[in-house]
Amino acid sequence: MATQILLNNIDVPGLANFEVYRQLGGYSSVVKTLKNLTPDQVTGEVTKSGLRGRGGAGFPAGMKWGFIDKKSEKPRYFVCNFDESEPGTFKDRYIGQRNPHQLIEGMILGAYALGAGSAYIYVRGELFYVLRIIEKAIEEAYKQGFLGQNILGSGYSLDLYCQPGAGAYICGEETALLESLEGKRGNPRIKPPFPALVGLYGCPTVVNNVETIAALPWILNNGGEAYAAIGVENSKGTKLISACGHIKKPGVYEIELGLPVEEFIYSDEYCGGIRNGHKLKAVVAGGSSVPILPASLILKTAAGEPRLMSYESLSEGGFQSGTMLGSGGFIVMDETTCIVKNLLTFARFYHHESCGQCSPCREGTSWMEKILHRIENGQGTMKDIDLLVSVSKHIEGNTICPLGDAAAWPVASAIRHFREEFEEHVKLQKCPF
Amino acid sequence: MPLLKVTIDTIEVEVEAGTTIMNAARQIGGSVVPPAMCYYSKLEGSGGKCRTCLVKVSRSSSKDIRPLPKLVAACRTAVQDGMVVQNTTSPEVMESRQAITEFLLLNHPLDCPVCDQAGECHLQDLSYEHGLEDTNTVEERRTFEPVDIGDYIKLHMNRCILCYRCVMVADQLTDKRVHGVLGRGDHSEIGTHISKAIDNDFSGNMIDVCPVGALTDKTFRFKSRVWFTKPLDAHRECPTCSGKTAIWMKGSEILRVTGRKDKYGELEEYICNDCRFHHKDASDWIIEGPRAIERHSVISQNHYEKLKTPGTTEPEF
Repeated sequence: MATQILLNNIDVPGLANFEVYRQLGGYSSVVKTLKNLTPDQVTGEVTKSGLRGRGGAGFPAGMKWGFIDKKSEKPRYFVCNFDESEPGTFKDRYIGQRNPHQLIEGMILGAYALGAGSAYIYVRGELFYVLRIIEKAIEEAYKQGFLGQNILGSGYSLDLYCQPGAGAYICGEETALLESLEGKRGNPRIKPPFPALVGLYGCPTVVNNVETIAALPWILNNGGEAYAAIGVENSKGTKLISACGHIKKPGVYEIELGLPVEEFIYSDEYCGGIRNGHKLKAVVAGGSSVPILPASLILKTAAGEPRLMSYESLSEGGFQSGTMLGSGGFIVMDETTCIVKNLLTFARFYHHESCGQCSPCREGTSWMEKILHRIENGQGTMKDIDLLVSVSKHIEGNTICPLGDAAAWPVASAIRHFREEFEEHVKLQKCPF
Repeated sequence: MPLLKVTIDTIEVEVEAGTTIMNAARQIGGSVVPPAMCYYSKLEGSGGKCRTCLVKVSRSSSKDIRPLPKLVAACRTAVQDGMVVQNTTSPEVMESRQAITEFLLLNHPLDCPVCDQAGECHLQDLSYEHGLEDTNTVEERRTFEPVDIGDYIKLHMNRCILCYRCVMVADQLTDKRVHGVLGRGDHSEIGTHISKAIDNDFSGNMIDVCPVGALTDKTFRFKSRVWFTKPLDAHRECPTCSGKTAIWMKGSEILRVTGRKDKYGELEEYICNDCRFHHKDASDWIIEGPRAIERHSVISQNHYEKLKTPGTTEPEF
């Protein structure tokens, strides 16, 4: 059994209650940290651990904290990005629903390291039931003196708020999240300046993903080096993977980074193989935004090396033959899946979720959906396939925020790896599946 | 503060720190200036949305000679000392600009023949310069019914490119904004939510800042093509605004009054609704003389030439 950092006690009944969580050793990192460590030492431990942002971009968390403007006299804010809405990703919800105190514990540690007096958890609107669980947990933590004025007599005070969004995928982009948190329309801001300098209400702010924050208690309890001992290369620690699709055992799994993809799909400990003896056709390895890979390229890299579940190994080969670890939404498809139809579903999602601020994304996402709809329904032409490639190419890199790229990559990669299937749709003038 | 040296399309210019690439290019002028559909120098926070001004930075600064990985929006990127920018000299930029033009026209009705903005429309200029000759689309366009927002302004949402300029002008010029962007993605629209009239002394400036024909002057609609009218600089005593306007005349009749726009289509000064909509009689105005119009503009094609005023011996162009 691999090291379990996030899901260690996840099946304990009543874990969402303070007493149960505390009995299992919860909040001990807060006690220890507030007594013994300075904020800079906390940041130091996190930097040492090599923890990378688990929201999708994989930016080193310690480095992100290091960017915060310490010279500014404005208050600082620490924000938790709980706007998990990527198709195929459902890992944060699992933590929030079952183990909210671990998230709150991490929030206290992060806010302490940054010197923030207020912290926010921005929860996706559709997850209102999770919001209630978290709010109850925050209330408990206030009662027990882990939040509020002068926490545990250390002199450090923190107010933690839980704010529901209105169910917009774009608000998972950190600057759009901040806009939404301020009560404005959730349009991404133009960067620079980055939130570490100008963030929430114009003050220095750090935004981290739920999973990143939930890993902090373990890192502070066991030390950054212990965390860094797990994993490979620059992919340290464990990662939650939400596996779904045509596998025998869908669900959320915690893996040590560096696990071979083949083992993850076929071992009984994890996905348990493809359903009903079907064959693996393709995998979207990190949520809908990352490039799709055919079976041959997901199990082995183009160079013939076995592919591992790590930031480096999955992206080996660049966009030609690689993909990304992303947010850990692992979607497996067997040979009965129509790639075009799957892509149409993704394209419809991005069309619906584009904020409409910049023109390539606003117009391009809807155009791609329309073209894909045409091809899937047997009205496509060969020219449409090239048109799709060119549209996706013109969206990519030309937009304000990464949503444009996220909409373009799946299209570009699906055509790169499964062009025959698109051509078949055009030749048959219908979907062959 | 020492001036920063920046090279745009091989032309060097020295600018103050904090200047954007767009404004540095405007200091050079001519063809190196990237087109701007949403950026408006007089509106704080404008720009960055339409992506037509994307340029390539082939050298970040004198300290960091690496190029920037992506094209950047000229209107929102500050120059660094020693920066080298490629606008029209980069095929990549030209390709993306063509693509963005196509995106902007994707849902545009192309109803220039009946649009009052034709002749002074930025989107029209952009598509003449960067648009494709042919279309790649067979899709139906999204359509809206034209609506009256207030007594003086007609909103044709079909033509809108969502530049947010009118939202910003309402935010920054007037007390209470009653319109904004509703919805998201390609179904977002400018609207007043529950049909509300925009009733404000300066609301008419929304028409002037609109780069396309989405917001038009109801007192001028369908009166005349803009190139059949002659613009004159005029002023009057006005208690609300400066009273300095451009009046557009056909014969002895004033067909419309607008603010004075510079060569980038930006207003020199905002004017009030009283001047704009209620003074259509030539006797209301003190006429200063003909307004200089760019030679390439369709407005000056109507055999209209700038009159020689004392002191000028040669026409400017």
